[in-house]
Amino acid sequence: MAGLDQAGFVQLLTPTGERLEHPDYDFRGGPEEIRSLYRDMALVRRFDLEATALQRHGELGLWAPLAGQEAAQVGAGRSLRPQDYVFPTYREHGVAWCRGIDPLQVLSLFRGIDYGSWDPLETGFQLYTLVIGAQALHAVGYALGVQRDHAIGTGDPDRDTAVVAHFGDGATSQGDVNEAFVFAASYQAPVVFFCQNNQWAISEPLERQSRIPLYRRAEGFGFPGVQVDGNDVLAVRAVTEAALQRARDGGGPTLIEAYTYRMGAHTTTDDPTRYRLDDELEQWRQRDPLARAEAYLRTDDLADQAFFDDLDAEGDALGERLRAGVRAMAEPTAHQLFDRVNAEISEELAAQRDAFDAYLATFEGAAS
Amino acid sequence: MVNEFKLPDVGEGLTEAELVSWHVKVGDQIKVNDVVCDIETAKSVVELPSPFAGYVQALLVQEGETVDVGTPIIRVGDTAGSGEDPDASAEKPAESAGAVVVEEEQPLTLVGSGPRTAAVARRPRFLAKPTARAAAREQGIDLADVTPARTDGVITTADLAGRHTAPTADRRRAYDVPAPVFTGRTTREPIKGVRKMMGQAMAASAFTVPHVTVWTTVDVTATMRRVEELKQDRAYDGVKVSPLLVLAQACVEALRRHPLLNALWDEDAQEVVLRHYVNLGIAAATPRGLIVPNIKDADLMGTPDLGRAIADLIGVAREGRTQPAEQQGGTFTISNIGPLGMEGGTPIINPGESAILCFGAIDKRPWVVSVDGEDRLAIRDVCTLSLSFDHRHIDGAAGSAFLADVAAQLG
Repeated sequence: MAGLDQAGFVQLLTPTGERLEHPDYDFRGGPEEIRSLYRDMALVRRFDLEATALQRHGELGLWAPLAGQEAAQVGAGRSLRPQDYVFPTYREHGVAWCRGIDPLQVLSLFRGIDYGSWDPLETGFQLYTLVIGAQALHAVGYALGVQRDHAIGTGDPDRDTAVVAHFGDGATSQGDVNEAFVFAASYQAPVVFFCQNNQWAISEPLERQSRIPLYRRAEGFGFPGVQVDGNDVLAVRAVTEAALQRARDGGGPTLIEAYTYRMGAHTTTDDPTRYRLDDELEQWRQRDPLARAEAYLRTDDLADQAFFDDLDAEGDALGERLRAGVRAMAEPTAHQLFDRVNAEISEELAAQRDAFDAYLATFEGAAS
Repeated sequence: MVNEFKLPDVGEGLTEAELVSWHVKVGDQIKVNDVVCDIETAKSVVELPSPFAGYVQALLVQEGETVDVGTPIIRVGDTAGSGEDPDASAEKPAESAGAVVVEEEQPLTLVGSGPRTAAVARRPRFLAKPTARAAAREQGIDLADVTPARTDGVITTADLAGRHTAPTADRRRAYDVPAPVFTGRTTREPIKGVRKMMGQAMAASAFTVPHVTVWTTVDVTATMRRVEELKQDRAYDGVKVSPLLVLAQACVEALRRHPLLNALWDEDAQEVVLRHYVNLGIAAATPRGLIVPNIKDADLMGTPDLGRAIADLIGVAREGRTQPAEQQGGTFTISNIGPLGMEGGTPIINPGESAILCFGAIDKRPWVVSVDGEDRLAIRDVCTLSLSFDHRHIDGAAGSAFLADVAAQLG
C-alpha cells in the first residue's frame, strides 16, 4: 500500500484480532477499557450511518462520513484529558463523541441550523473547521498560549495541557499545515498533529501527494513522527497517549499519521466509484477497525453475546433519537443574525433588525 | 398513517434527479433506511434509504423519469392497501391534470407528473471502470462512442479495443501525391483572397526591408525529453505538448532580453517602436493559403496556456475560421517548417514585425558530444533554426545574440 512504512508501523491488534507487542508502545487498559472503546466505535459508526441516511432523506444539507476511521478517532479522542484542547476538521464526529458532544449538535450544523452549537471551552473541542488545514495554525497558536500560561511541564496532571490538530492527508499539501509545523517546531509548542491518512484527498490518491510516508515529513521540521495503524484502536490509543504526554511534559510537537481508509464518499455530494476501484475498498474491508476489535473481544472471551446485543439495541435507540431530534430542530430565526453577533446591538443594527422583521412579516404565514 | 417521501437534494444545490431503478414494489414491507431506489443526479448515482417504515403503497415516479427535487416519489403507509387513505386512492391522482395511471400487471404505478416529453438537458454520463476511463482518456477515445459488452452497461477496458482513433501521422511519401489534372496549355487563376494578401504582404516586406538570415543547428535532445516530461505533468492535462510549444516559450523569453527583435520600424515617424508585449504569430498553412494569426500577449501566459493557445490558433486556422483581427498586430513570427520535412530557409518577415524564425525538422543525426572531456560521436535529436531579421535596426550581432539565446534554451 502506498505510503505504508512496514518497519516503523505501530500495530497492537492485527486485522484478524490478534494482540501484538511493540517495543515502544503498549496499551495498558483492561478488558473493560477495550469494551468501552469498542462501544464508542460502534455507536460512532451508527451515528455516522444514521447521519448519511438522514442526508439521503433530505434532512441534512450535507454529511461528511467517517466510516472506516472510527478507531483513529475514538483512539485519539479517548486519549484526551479534560483540559486538553482539540482543533477538528469537519469529519471528527468520533472525537466530538468522545468529548461528550451530543451528536444532534453536530447534525444541526449539517442541517444548516447553526454554525456549531457546542461550547468549545467547556468541551475542549473547537468548532468544525471547513477550510482545509487552517485549524493546524489555530492549534499551534492555542498551544503557544498554553505554553505562556505555564500549563505544561508542571507535573500536575490536571494542569498540564496538550493541544491536538486534526487534519487529513490532503491537508499535508497545504501551506497552513506546513507553516504550523514550522512554528510548532520553532517554539516547541505542546501540540500533537494528528493526521488521519485516509488515502484520498477527495479524489486525489495519496501517492500523488507524497513520495515518502507522511509521518516522515516531521523529521524535516525537527520533531518526531510516528505511523500507527489507524484501524487499530489500541495502537492509536497508545501512540496518541504517549504523544499527548510528551506535549504536556514540555517535550514539544509530534506528528501522528494514523494510516486508515475512508470507506465512504468524501461527502454525500461525492461519488467515489468514479475514481477508485472496488478491489481497494474490499481490501480495506478486511482491515475494518470494528471487525478486528470484535474478533479480539470474542476470541479472547472479553465480551459475551449480551454485550453485543445490548450495543445493537443502544444503536437502534440512538438512531431513533437522532432521526426524531433532527426533524424536531427549530428553524433558526432571522433574529439570530442580529442577536448572536454583537453583545450589545447598536442603534443602526437595531433599525436594520426592525426593518428586516417588517419585511419578513409581509410573507404569508411568516414567523420571525 | 401515510407518508410520502419527497425527492431530496442529495447533492448541494441540485434541482432534479433521474429515478434509475426501484428496489421495492407496491406491497413490500420496509424498515427505516431500507434502500428504496437508486437515483442519478448530475453528480452521482445515489441509493435512497426510506425515512419511513411500513408498507409501500405506491411508486409515484417511473424508472427513467427525471423529476424535480421536492416531488413525492414513494408512498409508505401502515397498511399494505392504498384504499384506506382517501389521498392515496387511485382515482384522485388520475383526476388531477397531467396525471396518468399506468397499470402494469399487479403493482399499480401512479405517475405523478407524467413522463417528460421535452429532452432534459443533462450532462451525459457513462458508467465506466476507472481504469477504462483512464485508458480512454489516454487513447483519446470518447466514452460516448463505446458500446459496453456488460449487461449493466459498465464500460470496461476490453470495450475500448478496436476503438482506437485514426493514426495521427499521415506517413505518405512526398511523391505519393496525385498531380493535378489540367486541360489546355495554361490555366489562369485570379489573384485574390488569401493569395492576394500574401503576395502584397511578402512583396512589401521583401522589397522594403533589408533581410538578413542567420541559422544555427542545435542539439535539441533535451527539448525532446522536456516534451515527454511535460506530457506527464498534470498541469498540462489536455494540452498538446510539442517541440513547437517549447520553442514558442523560448522565443517569448528571448524577446524579453532582446526587445529590438520584437520592435516595429515606423518609417513615417522615423522611430523604432519597442513593444513591451509579445503577440506571437504562428505561420499556418491553411486550405486557402498561408496565414499568420498571432497569440495576443503571449508573454503573459504560462506555458500550459500558451500550449492551449497554439493548439486553438492552429485548429481555427486549419478550419479556415481565423478572423482578420487575429492576423493583425503581430510582433514576432514562428514558421514551423519541420513538419514539411525542411531543415531551414530564408523566411520573409511579416509586415509590421522585425524578425521571423523558421523551426526546422527535428531529425536524429550523428553529433559530436563531449564525454569526460573526450569527443564522441552520438546519435542526437538535432534541428536547425533560421532567423531572418530587419537589418535597418538590428545588426548581425544583435540578431545572432537573439538566436543564440533561443538555441541555448532548447539545447
